[in-house]
Amino acid sequence: MTALRRMASTPWIWSFVGALLIWLATVAFTGGYGGGGMITAALSLAVFMVIVGTGQMFVITLGPGNVDLSLPANIGLASAVAMTVMNGQDSRIALGLLAALACGAAVGVANYLLIWALRIPPIIATLSASFIIHSIDIAYGRGLQIKPPPGFAAFTNIQILGIPLLALLTILFTVLAALALNRMIYGRSVLAIGQNIRAAWLAGINVGWTRFATYTLCGTLGGLDGALLAGYFRGANIDIGNEYLLSSIAVVVIGGTSVAGGKANVPGIWGASLFLVLLLTMLNTFGVSAGVRLLLTGLIIVGVIAAAGGEETR
Amino acid sequence: MAEAPEAVVNLVGVEKHFGAVRALAGVDFAIGKGECIGLVGHNGAGKSTLMHILAGTLQPTAGRIVIGGRQEEAYSVARAKMLGVRCVFQELSLCPNLNVAENTRVNHQSLRGIGWRKRAAALIGAKLDEIFPDHGIDADDIVSDLSLGKRQMVEVARAFTVTDEPLEVVILDEPTSSLDAETAGQLLAFVRRFVESGGSVILISHLLGEILDNADRIVVMRDGKVAAGNAASAFDRTKLVAAMGGAETHHKAQHRDSEARKEGPVRVRARPRQQTDGTELVAHEGQVIGLAGLAGHGQTDLLLSVFGAAGSRGKQGVEVNGPIALVAGDRQTDGIFQQWSISLNIGIRSLKRLRQGVLISSRREAELAEEWRKRIGIRTPDMNNNILSLSGGNQQKALFARALGSDAEIILMDDPMRGVDIGTKLEVYDLIRQEAAAGRTFLWYTTETDELDHCDRVYVFRGGRIVAKLNRGELTEEKVIHSSFSETAQ
Amino acid sequence: MSVEAVERRAPRAGAAGRARMLRSMLPAVSLAIVLLAIAWLNPRAISYFGFNLMLNLAIPIALATIAQMFIIAVNELDLSIGTFVGFVGCVTATWLRDAPLVGILILIGSIGIYALLGALIHLRNLPSIVVTLGMSFVWQGLAVLLLPKPGGKAPEWLSAIAGYKPPFIPLPIIAAILIALVVHVGLMRTSYGAILRGTGGNATAIGRAGWSLLRIKVTMFALAGLFGVLSGMTLIGITTSADANIGNGYTLLAIAGVILGGGEFVGGRVSPVGAVIGALTLALAASPLLTFMKIPPDWQVAANGIILIIVLAARVLISRRER
Repeated sequence: MTALRRMASTPWIWSFVGALLIWLATVAFTGGYGGGGMITAALSLAVFMVIVGTGQMFVITLGPGNVDLSLPANIGLASAVAMTVMNGQDSRIALGLLAALACGAAVGVANYLLIWALRIPPIIATLSASFIIHSIDIAYGRGLQIKPPPGFAAFTNIQILGIPLLALLTILFTVLAALALNRMIYGRSVLAIGQNIRAAWLAGINVGWTRFATYTLCGTLGGLDGALLAGYFRGANIDIGNEYLLSSIAVVVIGGTSVAGGKANVPGIWGASLFLVLLLTMLNTFGVSAGVRLLLTGLIIVGVIAAAGGEETR
Repeated sequence: MAEAPEAVVNLVGVEKHFGAVRALAGVDFAIGKGECIGLVGHNGAGKSTLMHILAGTLQPTAGRIVIGGRQEEAYSVARAKMLGVRCVFQELSLCPNLNVAENTRVNHQSLRGIGWRKRAAALIGAKLDEIFPDHGIDADDIVSDLSLGKRQMVEVARAFTVTDEPLEVVILDEPTSSLDAETAGQLLAFVRRFVESGGSVILISHLLGEILDNADRIVVMRDGKVAAGNAASAFDRTKLVAAMGGAETHHKAQHRDSEARKEGPVRVRARPRQQTDGTELVAHEGQVIGLAGLAGHGQTDLLLSVFGAAGSRGKQGVEVNGPIALVAGDRQTDGIFQQWSISLNIGIRSLKRLRQGVLISSRREAELAEEWRKRIGIRTPDMNNNILSLSGGNQQKALFARALGSDAEIILMDDPMRGVDIGTKLEVYDLIRQEAAAGRTFLWYTTETDELDHCDRVYVFRGGRIVAKLNRGELTEEKVIHSSFSETAQ
Repeated sequence: MSVEAVERRAPRAGAAGRARMLRSMLPAVSLAIVLLAIAWLNPRAISYFGFNLMLNLAIPIALATIAQMFIIAVNELDLSIGTFVGFVGCVTATWLRDAPLVGILILIGSIGIYALLGALIHLRNLPSIVVTLGMSFVWQGLAVLLLPKPGGKAPEWLSAIAGYKPPFIPLPIIAAILIALVVHVGLMRTSYGAILRGTGGNATAIGRAGWSLLRIKVTMFALAGLFGVLSGMTLIGITTSADANIGNGYTLLAIAGVILGGGEFVGGRVSPVGAVIGALTLALAASPLLTFMKIPPDWQVAANGIILIIVLAARVLISRRER
């Protein structure tokens, strides 16, 4: 009984439970065929959601109105930058990755500069930035036909006992992110600002620096994601990041992070990402059309948030 | 308490609890037709809660509400409006994005259809003219463009406008707080006219002169109860202050040997931005410095500018030597982090010290919390419980623990005892004295005059400036009040 | 108590009013600048046919912007308006043409869903961003189900209306003025409009005055749904065929339009006239202006972002000078 109650009070458990149920349903449907492969595939795809989801989580935790809408454009641009710098040569992989990270970080810095200098809500600042980045992306990345270096493409596909190496590394990364969130000054500052920015300032927290670091971090993670996606999908693409606008927000919210800010959850991002990816896999297995897939995804997001309920008004 | 013969409103045995906090502990309150009741009491005595219940915005935990001789079962805002109970709350309840006429419309269902703007403008314009001649407010003015004083005038005038609903009782909660002496006088004169024409008014004010001069009857509240109630003529200033509970503690407060203390190095030197002469606030090591005067006259602004100056060097007119921490008075908006446990709330100011390597040590965090649970007496079974599980007074103690448990040598206190019970207060006073003796400096803004007895020196604020500096020996409540008011009519 | 202290805290009505005037002029000024630039680059564009061509797609954008404005007026945000417009487009190009009665019922039903969302968001105190984010998938899914491949055809009557050429003044300009006027009167001049806007400014005060906040939220969301439907229908009337992704860009454009038009995210400060002007500015700057400047269409989207940033920067400058 108490165990149940404890589970009910840790909302992120439910995303894992949901992911498990979906997996079981699919395996039952296929008669046990391809259950393992499904997990491998789900892990590979979930990685990309988890990385940007983590960045988005820190941003959203900063409080109402904080959300990074520039992620898709950022990912698209970084994927092009990574591929150009790598230029198909294995020797330039590290350089390309660094360039993608720097590109993402620059986007994050630009976002925060707009927020800070124009004193506009982050949502509109990241929106304007995304318009501009998107255009740069079109102008720079269109018709870019550079394949990733073979070594990089292989790296994104390495598996250890059926578990993608990238997933293992991402798990390590999320553990660090969870530590940063709960046990480091940076994370505590983000949580405090999200609960009450004024009280955080009065408690001696460096509000400006924390917000700057958060937007830069989120941008950097977008850059990383762009490079990895280009490696995994064998090439850069303007639209490669498009689905991550909505899914980065969705995994954060389904994962138990509060949209009102101040309450964040790292494991939940994994649960929610696996849940979403497996849901899509399941629907594919059932052979439903793209329309039904979208429809169900949407209904589930609305259903989850409606069931979880909103924050008490302060 | 003598009940008015023709009671318009009768509240019987009203209680209100907010979680563990008992804001009202069985209050009987009646107001008669054509009567102006003055309602006084310290901050947190329960006046505002009681008025919210009468206005229908809060439901009482227990008790009866009788209006016009009829007991109300499902009392609500809508019901209150229908019965003619109006309220001007302390927090402004105008919509800042609407103009004056539109804000009038908000309170009157019947202002609609073609020409409603003209009718609304005429309605509010006439009432403003009646109460505040030469008000200089246009019905087309957007409220956010108006000064605070003018907003308050609009709000008061709006409460007295009548269309299709009756107007029986108007609650005025600190209606003159943003008004200058002249407009305040106009308002009070209007209140008298209104009462003489048969209306009823409940007047809440910290300005005892206003109450004594204008109320027919005075009700004094204290710790969620009615402490006294009688005809206004039976009271004078001293009796009122005594009934509110000011006088007793006044005698109890211990006078420390003020002469014995040597002045250490200067910790804070600050001049309010609006100060035109050279007066500045100076605080030495180990001193407790009081900031007095009426609420909202620049004390908090000064504290915030001192706090801000500590982060960035070279702010104009402010010098801060040493780490600084602030104890918020408005716990909900300035102080606590509602999603966190008590110990996280205490540790947030000391994160750097709690680290082991790059990570915050849970053990050290728990130790800090435990140490302060003992020292300041936070009443809780577990410091890992959510901060909201504490009563208001204990939440405030946690905020004190946050500041005192930090490395700060200068502690700013922004009227921190608002709504705190007397037991907690006495414990905290002791602690402040100990910490000051150990070399910490306190800047203490308080709205409760008897707390100034704990200060080595008091600066009285008026209109954003320091208007008086009183050393411990020369400090009396009378002097403080005198300097707070000397420009006003009273 | 001193008068000065009070005065200093809130600037006097005159000064603040002037700043507000200046700010409210901004949308019109930016539109004028864009128009002047176009006239300078290509004088022939300033003609009946030029405007007809340039502003062709501005009307659906303006309608979607108005829809977003209703939501923003009550401090919420709609991330689904774009896909909703796409969904309406698909319904228009299929059901509304083939079985008008069913089509009308579907469209009315979708407005009902918007109203229900408003109720859900209010009653459960949900973040509108997430709810509408989920709804954007739902509308897109429904659109894809209706029209898996681009196609369909606008009902003749709708194409006829969209193709109508009134004398002297091009249809898009008449439509823009009409939309601005109707919404301005409805939201800014009626007595219930004041209540609706007041909710964005101080919901507690409106609730205390006895108004139903639930009803207000439902009304605003339903209005957003209605204007979303109008936007989708006009879009199909102009393009004559539909595509499930046809409206996707409108979500962000609509937000940008509201902000360009002088609206603010919180506080119930919105302007229907400004929103329509903002939408026109975006429509003109994104495509015709860039074409005339011989800038490749790659930079269309960036133009929107840059205009947004310039206008917001101008706004900050105005309020700074005011201090």
